[in-house]
Amino acid sequence: MIAGDWRPARVARASAATPSARVLRLEVSGWPGSAAGQHIDVRLTAEDGYQAVRSYSLASYGDATEVEIAVDEVPDGEVSPYLVRDVQPGDELEVKGPLGGYFVWHPQDAGPVQLIAGGSGVVPLVAIARAATDAGAAASFRLLYSVRRSEDAIYRDELTSGAEDGGVRVTWAYTRAAPPGWEGSVGRVDDALLRASVWPVEQNPLVYVCGPTGFVEHVADALVELGHSPGRIRTERFGGAS
Amino acid sequence: MSEHDEPSVVDGNAVAGLLSEVFAGDPTMFVGTCRGCGAVAVFAEAVVEMDDDAAIVRCRSCTHTLFTVLRDGHSVRLVIGALREVHPG
Repeated sequence: MIAGDWRPARVARASAATPSARVLRLEVSGWPGSAAGQHIDVRLTAEDGYQAVRSYSLASYGDATEVEIAVDEVPDGEVSPYLVRDVQPGDELEVKGPLGGYFVWHPQDAGPVQLIAGGSGVVPLVAIARAATDAGAAASFRLLYSVRRSEDAIYRDELTSGAEDGGVRVTWAYTRAAPPGWEGSVGRVDDALLRASVWPVEQNPLVYVCGPTGFVEHVADALVELGHSPGRIRTERFGGAS
Repeated sequence: MSEHDEPSVVDGNAVAGLLSEVFAGDPTMFVGTCRGCGAVAVFAEAVVEMDDDAAIVRCRSCTHTLFTVLRDGHSVRLVIGALREVHPG
């Protein structure tokens, strides 16, 4: 790959994922494939030449020339409202990538593996869950997914049906309101929930935490307090409100 | 992943694309040593304050600015701060 190259991309499909998020599939010219957990930079150019660049994690992995991102609208944002509301199949933009070798899962990595997502931080973890499932390794994976409400969960249907069908086991956490029939508590991910849902310290899990900065710092600190090794915790923060 | 219309605090993963215009390879896996406190860590773990014009990359241990990446028109400039040494991971 030539460093710094922007590749032309065309929106192939756009589908609503939640009231504020959309899944976009992009056909990328010359795409070299990606590892599970990587991201791309997306560049938009206005008619007057003004450019804006944002980073989006890939929910897809592997060699297909079509990549998948999920964009959650940031109110008053400059780029995300366009990608969530306006962009249509056939529209063109530019992407750079795949990027990042840190927040990545490779099938040879020693497990078990714990995935912990806050909000749209689930996107790279979906790529990892898909890769684990395809590699026949889902039994050694768990996902803890914290969302405000059930309807805010991007990939809710895929994760739920996957968990029921031999895929990655999912523990849900609701910070604002739980769906009807929910018997657990509602609120921020706390030590009790981490103890109950994360692979035990004794199994030395490899942990991936992705979400808003405040969420990631809180969860990573709590895991270390509970005895998890900092060297086994990989983090990715995307800013925004916690 | 990020929507940095306002300066936003993220981490080194977010500057992978920007740094690829300066370094070959995957710069987020580079291991840097901080002149301020001696901490050794991969760039991916650094604290990054990011907006449309710049990314300020800070040591997670002592908050010294390791380096700053400036978008300069269609080019990128790297201004070294407290980064004492760096090697590929």
